Amino acid sequence: MSELELHDQADVAPGDEEEVRIGPRLIGYGVGLGLAILLTATSFFVAGTDLVWQPSIPVAIVVLAIAQMGVHLVFFLHITTGPDNTNNVMALAFGVLIVVLVIGGSLWIMANLNHNMMPMDQIMQMQR
Amino acid sequence: MTAAAMAHGRDPHHAHGLEDAEHRGPAPKRIVTGYGFWIFILSDMVMFSCFFAAFAVLSGKTAGGPHGSELFNLRNVAIETGCLLMSSFVCGMASIAADMRNEFWFQIAMAVTCVLGLAFLWIEFREFADLVARGAGPSRSAFLSSFFTLVGCHGLHVSAGILWLLTMMAQVFAKGFRADIQRRFLCFALFWHALDIIWVAVFSIVYLLGSGT
Repeated sequence: MSELELHDQADVAPGDEEEVRIGPRLIGYGVGLGLAILLTATSFFVAGTDLVWQPSIPVAIVVLAIAQMGVHLVFFLHITTGPDNTNNVMALAFGVLIVVLVIGGSLWIMANLNHNMMPMDQIMQMQR
Repeated sequence: MTAAAMAHGRDPHHAHGLEDAEHRGPAPKRIVTGYGFWIFILSDMVMFSCFFAAFAVLSGKTAGGPHGSELFNLRNVAIETGCLLMSSFVCGMASIAADMRNEFWFQIAMAVTCVLGLAFLWIEFREFADLVARGAGPSRSAFLSSFFTLVGCHGLHVSAGILWLLTMMAQVFAKGFRADIQRRFLCFALFWHALDIIWVAVFSIVYLLGSGT
């Protein structure tokens, strides 16, 4: 790959870093690992503790999980906000949209059905 | 910029930035391959989201059978999480070694990644066998069906990833760091890191939330 091609291209492959020096790359992975361990340990601690207000625990676990996914995306998959990463981020944004629609939509619809439908034993009684 | 381009009597769609892109020709193969594989990974995540939705809807439907809080051993889950996280990190080290074209460290890092992945699979397999032996197999309740489908699907992905990993080790050994091998390794690294992201969702939603209620 020529010098011009390396520095003049408008895109970077997902998973590739712009940084090529070995030291900063090692530090990047190390920082990612440290943050991931910190977030994982926090969520395991929060799940088992009595120290915090119990109804807040599920929210805390979900928030910690999303934060950790962000850490993995940035430090391990190198999906960043840089201008040459736009295509990768747009694809990711579309994926996230679909995931949110599928999970949120399923939960919403099924909660509604549970709420509005007659309990199953009563339906069976009516059909007798 | 558009106004300036019009003033020069040119098509506004061929304004400055795009003109550059035209002269450069198609994107390098590494970007095309990586981007295509990135799209595959995102579609894989969409598939996992369907299993997550099924699990979330069915997690309370135990049909009189055991709840998650009676079944899950969080210490095992913590060890599994550690194995997968470390293997993701070491896979990153293998990426650096591949870019440096250092075969010795590449093979070492890949071997460590493989061992950690196998440890993860072994713990998961023992957990599944233990659940089935205790009468909490996938046919016991809707909750357990969705649990085995979701976690088992992730386990299958990890198994496939390990086969791919061994293939990459053999290909680098036999063919060296050719451009096509480097592209395959880029895709493998993406796949392996993505599996770790899915595991974050699994241990948070299935195990931590599931054992709380």
